[in-house]
Amino acid sequence: MSKSEAISWYRIQEMFRFQSFHMFGIIGTAVLSGIFFTWLIKVKKGKDVHGEDIQFPDKERSWKRYLFGGLIFGLGWALTGACPGPIFVLLGQGYAVMLVVIIGSLLGTYTYGVFKSKLPH
Amino acid sequence: MIEFIKQPWPWYISGLAITAVMLILVYFGKSFGFSSNLRTICAMAGAGKRVSFFNFDWKSQRWNLMFLVGAIIGGFISSHWLEADVPLALSKATILDLQKMNIRFDGHIVPDQLFNWHFLATAKGLFIFLVGGFLVGFGTRYAGGCTSGHAISGLSNLQFPSLIAVVGFFIGGLITTHLIFPLLF
Repeated sequence: MSKSEAISWYRIQEMFRFQSFHMFGIIGTAVLSGIFFTWLIKVKKGKDVHGEDIQFPDKERSWKRYLFGGLIFGLGWALTGACPGPIFVLLGQGYAVMLVVIIGSLLGTYTYGVFKSKLPH
Repeated sequence: MIEFIKQPWPWYISGLAITAVMLILVYFGKSFGFSSNLRTICAMAGAGKRVSFFNFDWKSQRWNLMFLVGAIIGGFISSHWLEADVPLALSKATILDLQKMNIRFDGHIVPDQLFNWHFLATAKGLFIFLVGGFLVGFGTRYAGGCTSGHAISGLSNLQFPSLIAVVGFFIGGLITTHLIFPLLF
């Protein structure tokens, strides 16, 4: 993630302005190869390290939580320039202000837990 | 060899590396979803006593916390020993757009102008980092996943809900980039 600049605030700005193929290339390659290997594991009945069939659980059918939750996530993603993984990678790179982003994300997660039953899902 | 690793990696290598991460986790009977760690950390901190959403056996998620620690170590290694000597190849158009908002492109991974304690201590800085982080944490749990859980794991498994979530990610990102940033800067 570091070496391909996927954790870069600049790259996220560029992506949401559609000014470079870079991020779309990363996500596109990951999704296309992911689709292929997931399909292959299903067809070949792939087993995991414990010898059990690999399961790919379906997401629950709905649209509200995905659209609303996704939209809120997107607002924050573009603000901080980082999704959850890169937040921690950037902390490792020495950007100590990411600690504040982590505190914010924990508060956000906690708040969701408190209001979960009151939100449309 | 080390010189080869040090240069910026092309997008297709990174894309394949992300898929490799997902496949390794799947092989070990786990799944690729980073933001679950935020829920786990809340549970570790004792949030389960007050809110049932955090009342689960967080110790079963220790493997994912190890992944989180690995992400921090990976960031440390890449910035201390594998940093490229060339500036980030950001597109000209983005550099100009940022200039109009008085954000100077410095060629680093993030703008040092914003990612420091001085800027954080301003109202804008708190909004970007604290509120931004809050929205990420709230949104990802509401949507049931982040870029790893939905965009990578979900889309790879052809899950329509994940596609809705990814469309949501982009609507939100476009709103912030094109409507909120011009207001802030």
